Amino acid sequence: MDIDLRKLEIFRDKIRLLTLKELHHMGFGHYGGSLSIIETLAVLYGEVMKVDPNNPDWEARDYFILSKGHGGPGLYATLALKGFFPEEVLYTLNQNGTTLPSHPDRNLTPGVDMTTGSLGQGISVAVGVALSHQLSNKGNYTYSIVGDGELNEGQCWEAFQFAAHHKLNRLFVFVDDNKKQLDGPTKDIIDPLDFVEKFKAFGFYTMKVNGSSLEQIYKAIQKGKAQTDKPVAIILDTMKGQGVPYLEEKADNHHIRPNPKDEEAILTAISELEIKLGKAGAMTI
Amino acid sequence: MIQTSSKTYELDDIEMRQMYASTLLELAQNNPNVIALEADLMSAISTNKIIGKIPGQLINSGIMEANMMGVAAGLALTGKIPYVHSFAQFVTRRAFDQLFVSGAYAQLNVKIVGSDSGVTAEHNGGTHMAFEDLGLVRLIPNANVYEVSDAVQLGYLLRKIEKEYGIHYIRTIRKKAVKLYDENETFESGKGKVLREGSDVTIIASGIMVAESLKAADLLQEQGINATVIDMYSIKPIDKDLIVNYADKTKAVVTAENHNVIGGLGSAVSEVLSEHCPTRMRRIGVKEQFGQVGKAEYLKEFYKLTANDIVTAVKEIQ
Repeated sequence: MDIDLRKLEIFRDKIRLLTLKELHHMGFGHYGGSLSIIETLAVLYGEVMKVDPNNPDWEARDYFILSKGHGGPGLYATLALKGFFPEEVLYTLNQNGTTLPSHPDRNLTPGVDMTTGSLGQGISVAVGVALSHQLSNKGNYTYSIVGDGELNEGQCWEAFQFAAHHKLNRLFVFVDDNKKQLDGPTKDIIDPLDFVEKFKAFGFYTMKVNGSSLEQIYKAIQKGKAQTDKPVAIILDTMKGQGVPYLEEKADNHHIRPNPKDEEAILTAISELEIKLGKAGAMTI
Repeated sequence: MIQTSSKTYELDDIEMRQMYASTLLELAQNNPNVIALEADLMSAISTNKIIGKIPGQLINSGIMEANMMGVAAGLALTGKIPYVHSFAQFVTRRAFDQLFVSGAYAQLNVKIVGSDSGVTAEHNGGTHMAFEDLGLVRLIPNANVYEVSDAVQLGYLLRKIEKEYGIHYIRTIRKKAVKLYDENETFESGKGKVLREGSDVTIIASGIMVAESLKAADLLQEQGINATVIDMYSIKPIDKDLIVNYADKTKAVVTAENHNVIGGLGSAVSEVLSEHCPTRMRRIGVKEQFGQVGKAEYLKEFYKLTANDIVTAVKEIQ
């Protein structure tokens, strides 16, 4: 592996810390699905994507569309750490007049490429972006994260058919397979069956990785970049609340309004991450 | 301006779909950023005849209108100018949240053309007969909404919106419309065209109902009633000054649309008049009904969209 894993681990821990802090400051929010995508965000923004915080609209950039828009707080923490806006802005999450709404808004937040939140829609827009670059013979990559619950939406499967037909090989679709949706386990609500088989059948170059492994995510992206005639699907085996054992185990962890026990666990997680980063000499965020 | 009575209103030589296809071809050839999207209705709107000339700029998205609207948003996000076409109900009723969120709320530059509007869907029947599309799109903040009455007008507006950022919806029929305008006519957003002047009543119409209103004005003239007829092709923004001016002059207004009376032209005119110039009014249009199969002429009779229905409405408020 040709990347500095240690550096990436620190970036991941910082994203997780800031995600917890902004959600805790607001008092409630989508903890579960923000935390499950932290490793993927760390790899994309820490190592893979070509972006310029000083020029968020840079035409040659790679695009990122968070189709599962409720993971917004995780994306915001990442963008703040990259320097798209100051960390203090994170503590305005969902406050009146904020530039950081629950679901990302391209017109409010520097670095947010597309407005998402109505599930199933962001992935079609990502496909349109990838098509546009293909039509213009440009080399930009388009990365999009969809939720496993979001894949209930038929529009996603329309988008996947379209992407495969047009051989959009610079489109990467990450499936945050955290096995839960708002009302409970995905297998009890609409059983997704086997995502790997489904994406293969839809014409994607498909891989499944441990979604908490920076190394596996990075390697899968590199493998995906090496092929030329198919869009890429990376199924992320994740957990809602990922990286905070108490939240991983909490049954109802999609959207959390912390009770006193949750509150204590969240504060402990924040403090542990601060100590860990402090020991790594990386507390300056 | 059409002043004489007993004029015959003849269909144009060119179909609306031919105008759509030829104008798109011209736009695409002049601007590589213009991309047309279709959902398996290319042969219905005649764009199949131009695909060989602009292969990379005309994308058949398959039968997936929701995804097509999202793809259009993605193209717009990267500086392309997408023209999205399908039958009116598919680009509005079916893909409304995609148009609303991915297009309008995200503040992207997307042009939408809904064809086969209202009774002109004929034998595709109730599932395909949109009487609601203008109302739906009019609800979207800052959307521009047009219903075209004539091929020259369609061509002009397709060219005009290429240069204007934002959500633009053009409602049209596919086949031949009555010819109303010379080739050098121009059309502005937020303006109506006065086609005939009369001091007794103002008939405000759009789409196929403009020609029907002109016929009604002829019938009224025979009975000594002089009607103004306005082609209100810009439904939103709407020409408030023109509406108020003529309502004030004639003291009676009838609207006429191939659409539900709720949400479209009749609603828009009522909103203006109730706030700025309360006036006796009648609305010709579809009332609490769904579509059905049939010839357009039969359906116009069924839904009371004929010149005679307009005459009856005018007499009620004279």
